[in-house]
Amino acid sequence: MNVIAQAAASDPVGVGEAVVFWILGPIALAGALGMVFARNAVHSALALVGTMFCLAVFYIVQQAPFLGFVQIIVYTGAIMMLFLFVLMLVGRDSSDSVVEVLRGQRLAALTLGIGLAVLLVAALGRSLTSVTSVGLAANGAGYSGNVTGLGALIFTKYLFAFELTSALLITAALGAMVLAYAQSKGHAKRGQRATVEARLRGEHDRISPLPGPGVYATANSVATPAVLPDGSIAPESISAIIDATPVVPVSEPHHDAHALTGPRSPDDTTEEAR
Amino acid sequence: MNAVLAQATELPQVGPATGVASLAWLLFALPAVGALVLFVAGRRVNAWGHWLGVFTVVASFVVGLLIFFETLGLDAAQRTRELSLYDWVAVAGLNVHFGLRIDPLSLTFVLLITGVGALIHIYSVGYMSHDPGRRRFFAQLNLFIAAMLVLVLGNNFVMLYLGWEGVGLASYLLIGYYQDRPSAATAAKKAFLMNRVGDVGLAIAIFLLWSQLGTLQFSAVFARIGQVSTPVLVAITLLLLLGACGKSGQFPLQSWLPDAMEGPTPVSALIHAATMVTAGVFLIARTSPIYNLTGTGRLAVMLVGVITLLIGAIIGCAYDDIKKVLAYSTVSQIGYMILAVGLGPVGYALGIAHLLAHGFFKAGLFLGAGSVMHAMHDEVDMRRFGGLARYLPITFVTFGLAYLALIGFPGLSGYFTKDAIIEAAFTAPGWQGWVFGLAAAIAAGLTAFYMTRLMLMTFFGEKRWKELRTADGEEYHPHEAPPSMTGPMIVLAIGSVFAGFLLTYNHVLATWLAPSVGELVEPQTAALPHTAVSILVLVLAALGVLTAYLVVGRRPTPVERPEPVSLPVRAARRDLYANAINETLIARPGTWLARALVYVDNRGVDGLVNGTAALLGGSSGRLRRLQTGFVRSYALSMLAGSVLVVAALLAVRFA
Amino acid sequence: MSPTYYLLLSALLFAIGAVGVLVRRNAIVVFMCIELMLNAVNLSLVTFARINGQLDGQVMAFFVMVVAAAEVVVGLAIIMSIFRTRRTASVDDANLLKY
Repeated sequence: MNVIAQAAASDPVGVGEAVVFWILGPIALAGALGMVFARNAVHSALALVGTMFCLAVFYIVQQAPFLGFVQIIVYTGAIMMLFLFVLMLVGRDSSDSVVEVLRGQRLAALTLGIGLAVLLVAALGRSLTSVTSVGLAANGAGYSGNVTGLGALIFTKYLFAFELTSALLITAALGAMVLAYAQSKGHAKRGQRATVEARLRGEHDRISPLPGPGVYATANSVATPAVLPDGSIAPESISAIIDATPVVPVSEPHHDAHALTGPRSPDDTTEEAR
Repeated sequence: MNAVLAQATELPQVGPATGVASLAWLLFALPAVGALVLFVAGRRVNAWGHWLGVFTVVASFVVGLLIFFETLGLDAAQRTRELSLYDWVAVAGLNVHFGLRIDPLSLTFVLLITGVGALIHIYSVGYMSHDPGRRRFFAQLNLFIAAMLVLVLGNNFVMLYLGWEGVGLASYLLIGYYQDRPSAATAAKKAFLMNRVGDVGLAIAIFLLWSQLGTLQFSAVFARIGQVSTPVLVAITLLLLLGACGKSGQFPLQSWLPDAMEGPTPVSALIHAATMVTAGVFLIARTSPIYNLTGTGRLAVMLVGVITLLIGAIIGCAYDDIKKVLAYSTVSQIGYMILAVGLGPVGYALGIAHLLAHGFFKAGLFLGAGSVMHAMHDEVDMRRFGGLARYLPITFVTFGLAYLALIGFPGLSGYFTKDAIIEAAFTAPGWQGWVFGLAAAIAAGLTAFYMTRLMLMTFFGEKRWKELRTADGEEYHPHEAPPSMTGPMIVLAIGSVFAGFLLTYNHVLATWLAPSVGELVEPQTAALPHTAVSILVLVLAALGVLTAYLVVGRRPTPVERPEPVSLPVRAARRDLYANAINETLIARPGTWLARALVYVDNRGVDGLVNGTAALLGGSSGRLRRLQTGFVRSYALSMLAGSVLVVAALLAVRFA
Repeated sequence: MSPTYYLLLSALLFAIGAVGVLVRRNAIVVFMCIELMLNAVNLSLVTFARINGQLDGQVMAFFVMVVAAAEVVVGLAIIMSIFRTRRTASVDDANLLKY
């Protein structure tokens, strides 16, 4: 590959920058590849986040600090989080199956991708052999700082584009609101009479609700079965997954008025003991 | 080969038509209007339509007579007149006038056509009285008369061709008159198609004339014909001969004439005996200035005539159908006429004389045959006739007179006209004289044989029809024809007797026709002298009559045709294999070619068109599979497109 | 080492993003691949700004980011509403344009 040799650049790439590039470049590539090939969609999102971080560092290294931070704050922080939100809502379950439905799609995609990469790299290599980098070291081509320079450009030279983009943002926000607005169920609620009629006509398995658990006289568990008037257990009150506690017959209550205050005479203790 | 007779004939001066001749357009206008009225008015005029048809032709004959007498009153040099009616085709390079040429030749034919035509129209009133389509018959007959008159009266080749095609059409309509008979339809189609072959020759000859001379008016063409180079001239004459062969039923286009007997008998009499089939002779006589310039052309004409007269005579000996025998007789006699006009200035007038005489006696023979058929419940097989002379006296007498005229009985028409042709044939130079003369003489003997056979089988001998039944199972009741039929037959019989003598005595006809076909040239040398030829012909004719009497008259005629017969008879019964040859050489390859072309059309052309449609349909069906509906496929094609664009840009940039 | 390497990296990231759009079926992951492509372009814009010594490239990258944000918002809203009716987030299920 023809690369710019050590042409006399007023902005040569320093050693630090080279180190940063050669470390973060592969990481960015790995993130991109991970995003494309990860089975889980959330893994893809996170890989993309990693790539975007690397890119942000590249921007900072190339004398675009404002852009770098905007990349982190807006792109990674807002946009990717939005992606993750929607993934959680919508796309988490649908993981791609490995089987490809379209015949030849993967092969064609790979071929074209490699072809595109080769073409672009070759073009860049051929055309930039004699380009010398000027660099923005002089604080952004005459401006007192990067942000100042950007601001000056945006609000003078690219004002019209700026206004249009603002309108675009407003429109996008409104549009998203309209699209994402989930309307409540359109159908009217069923009235009480209609509900009763439907239930009596057999809408459910039984007309009345299931009986509740037994009276808390002998136990305080919801697994206590209810007792029918003839003393047998109501089967519908038993839960299918919880063992029922056994029914304990209720003993005849003996009301003792002095139970709390103690026995009056020694001949009262026998009843108390019982 | 005869020496080229360069301008042997002087061309006549052409003057304007004045006096009665200025009404010459009535000649064909009257029958044309008659035909139009009868066709268009339809069934409404069934009651009197036939009388209108008769009236128009009779009126036309009267006008013709008037013009004839007026022309007689003029000098010979002034007898060629032209009447221009209107400019028909007026474009750059081609100027055709719709005009009439009133000269002796055309007047002769006018009188023949309208005279014999009027007689046959009157005959048809009685003959077709039982036919519900009589009005249509008369309409078609009038159409024929009108077309034939245009043919002979036109003053340029285009009008001649117009009339030529018109008579072909009328012949087709009339042969196929009995619409319920498939055989009639087939015969009409065959006649039309074989005529067409000849018409192509005539058309190409007209094209050649125009391309060489730039004009098609007779006077201009005849004046400038000497400018045409010899090969083209020979080609023109041969093509004109082809046209004449088609229309006149000469070899090799003769096989339609016998089949044309499917039409009603008046049609056979008028068209296929007297008039239409003579159109070929008329053509060669009219274009005599062209034929005078080429010996090769005339030799071809003579060869065709000789071959035809021989084969007509041979085949006529073997048929039992009375009309077919007469048809082959017509073929043979026209061969004589063609031979005569092929001889050049020696024979033009002789051919026309025989044509006129033949018109009388052949029409008379056909009308007589019609009368016999009318009497015998439309039977045509002579084996079922016999001894009819007593039952059909008038028919027998008229038929007999016409028969004698045909075989050349001394004193009657044929003796003067046919023998003159045979004598002239002997005067052809070199080997031609012997070959043509002897052939013509032998054919005369054969003519006598088959005509006598016909007479004996029909009118003499035992009455074979007494034991037989008609096709409906009834007995035969032969009775004489009504006066409307016998009247014309009597007139024609008178003509058959006297016409020959009157026409050739003192070369009356030749003098009359001189402005049109040139002076009659007396031949210098002859292979056989004049009297020897006469005696030879008489002897041969007598031999023919005697042979017929011995073979046919003395023995009883079997009703069923005897089957094991000798080869000549077998060949003659199959009309010398002419139809078989036509079938094998032309009809079958034609059908095969048509089938092959249909196949090519169905598979090739239709295949191409349908294949294109199928191709488009199929490819669009395949192409629509590209629309898979999957976004990713669309994205793939988008990426592919952009890669291509990038590659193209880079190739341009860095190449 | 020269700024050209950044451009090469950007080209590679772009190609990877393009392949991802074609290969993945989850709509949101496809969207993320598109975001990757936009980021690659941003990197190249910033690099060109540095090469040419002008801030215009950075301004363009800024606008790209803004537009990408708007686009993400609307796109995800669309995906959500589709998911609500069809209960699927797979790109292959939106094939009504099939022949």
